[in-house]
Amino acid sequence: MCGIIGFIDRTKSRMDGSSIKAALSLMNERGSGDGAGYAAYGIYPEYADYYALHVFFDNLGEPKRKVDELLEQWGEIVHQEEIPTTPQPGIKKVHIPWRYFFKPSEDLMAGRMDSENDVVTYVVMEVNANVKGATIFSSGKNMGVFKASGWPEDVANFYRIESYKGYIWLAHNRYPTNSPGWWGGAHPFNLLNWSVVHNGEITSYGTNQRYVEGYGYKCTLFTDTEVVAYLFDLLGRQHELSHEMIVKALAPPFWDDIDRMPAKEAELNKAVRLTYGSALMNGPFAIVVGTENGIVGFTDRIKLRPLVVGENGNRLYISSEEAAIRVLDPEVKNIYTPRAGEPIVGRFIE
Amino acid sequence: MKTVRIDAKGMHYTPLNQKIRAAVADGAEEIILDNVLGQRFIGDGLRGNVRIVINGVPGGDLGMFMSGPTCIINGNAEHAPGNTMDSGMLVIHGSAGDAAAHSMRGGKVFIKCNIGYRGGIHMKQYDVEARPVLVVGGTAHSFLGEYMAGGLVLVLGIGKDKAMTDRGIGSGIHGGEIIIRGEVDDYLLGIGAKKFKFTESDLERIAPIIKSFCEHFGYDPAKFLDTSYTKIGPASSRPFASKYVWE
Repeated sequence: MCGIIGFIDRTKSRMDGSSIKAALSLMNERGSGDGAGYAAYGIYPEYADYYALHVFFDNLGEPKRKVDELLEQWGEIVHQEEIPTTPQPGIKKVHIPWRYFFKPSEDLMAGRMDSENDVVTYVVMEVNANVKGATIFSSGKNMGVFKASGWPEDVANFYRIESYKGYIWLAHNRYPTNSPGWWGGAHPFNLLNWSVVHNGEITSYGTNQRYVEGYGYKCTLFTDTEVVAYLFDLLGRQHELSHEMIVKALAPPFWDDIDRMPAKEAELNKAVRLTYGSALMNGPFAIVVGTENGIVGFTDRIKLRPLVVGENGNRLYISSEEAAIRVLDPEVKNIYTPRAGEPIVGRFIE
Repeated sequence: MKTVRIDAKGMHYTPLNQKIRAAVADGAEEIILDNVLGQRFIGDGLRGNVRIVINGVPGGDLGMFMSGPTCIINGNAEHAPGNTMDSGMLVIHGSAGDAAAHSMRGGKVFIKCNIGYRGGIHMKQYDVEARPVLVVGGTAHSFLGEYMAGGLVLVLGIGKDKAMTDRGIGSGIHGGEIIIRGEVDDYLLGIGAKKFKFTESDLERIAPIIKSFCEHFGYDPAKFLDTSYTKIGPASSRPFASKYVWE
């Protein structure tokens, strides 16, 4: 049992983090104080062309020297600093949250990597698998993840979440059930501009993990949700599937439902299931994913976790509970509960 | 009538329920809760004949184990309103989330609009008096009446072309009945569920429930008082016998 929230303003009008904190805190019953986190998009406009790498360091000695060296092998660090925090009685600062603004350099990439995104993905996997005392937990552009072990309001106050303004917000209140409660295990899980908040369990984790590891991703964070971020990167960025098609691959219709579809639709769904059988996610889940184009929410195929949607003009809200949406927007309209496996997509208006 | 008004704005459910219980102990006949937003467990385990008006969106497990009171909800409800309710009534002027009337064993839950997945899951009954009733004005998502052991689930499909379009109705049902306005496609039935003819005597039996529902929400009962319903019940009293018994 966890609590999740997704928010998008389709016109990219930005909102500060105060109401997200209040909405997540309303669902404290869904957490256990072992993890909370926020992702905000649109928060670093002054560094919009640079990858914002958020890192947990155990200390600023050897782990940081190794990360600095790796980044310098691939590009330029234009700015770096400790992420500003305010001590909270409910949070033990066991890691030092740090941020780099980094750009891969074309000269250094030539002949070695095809794209900047490939370089950053490689750096994230390399650090998280092989640099002891360092974990990169956020690596997108003009966005960032802020998370720790603690209650929603404590984590928000620790990172001064009210001082950030974003046009997409994700939030998560954790109740860890079968994996440890540690800072890196708090949600959102992120790679590049993909961020995932999740309530439930991915019981197909082993199959999904082996599938993404075949494409070079490394699962290192000791919990199931991590693999969802890599599945979205693989299917969305590398295979260029639309958000709706990714959901169709991860939470597909049942075979007998496909049998009742018109021929063309049945053929498409059959092809997706056969191609992405190893990406299919089993188990109970409600998920919201932040992307560079918007947000997408969906649940498992038999709806074993709650998800509520609300809209108001250019704003779309997705959450575990209607009350949380009403904290964000007391005037919200068109509240409904989507069907199992139905993609709820909010995109920016061009 | 002795009325008590409580402003629930920003209040946690524990002090809120303590105030409700104190008011009931003090002889209140009506309790009005304003600015309710997400507070779970309202009226849980509460006994007596009090009437509680809830203005706002109450949190999950509303009226759980409740025995006697009537709750009027002016808003939507979240998951599992009426969970294991014993007697009394919930009247929800909106929709409800998943597992509405979960494990209910008596009383009535009336919901004006729609419900989520697994409405009426594990409903049960002990005798004619302790027979729970869930009525849904709109429609329900999948697994309606899942593992149902007793009681009545009625779906009217008001404002819908078809009252039910989601699958798994009565999946694993072994007691009680699910009655749905109009025709129900065969493929929507869950494992262990079977359609039965809805008769005049069935109508006679449920007419008082239909009339009561319509009275609460201002509908004309006349247009629901015919035999255009589908009755769904258990195909056998042991739908999974072959799954768990080896000869």
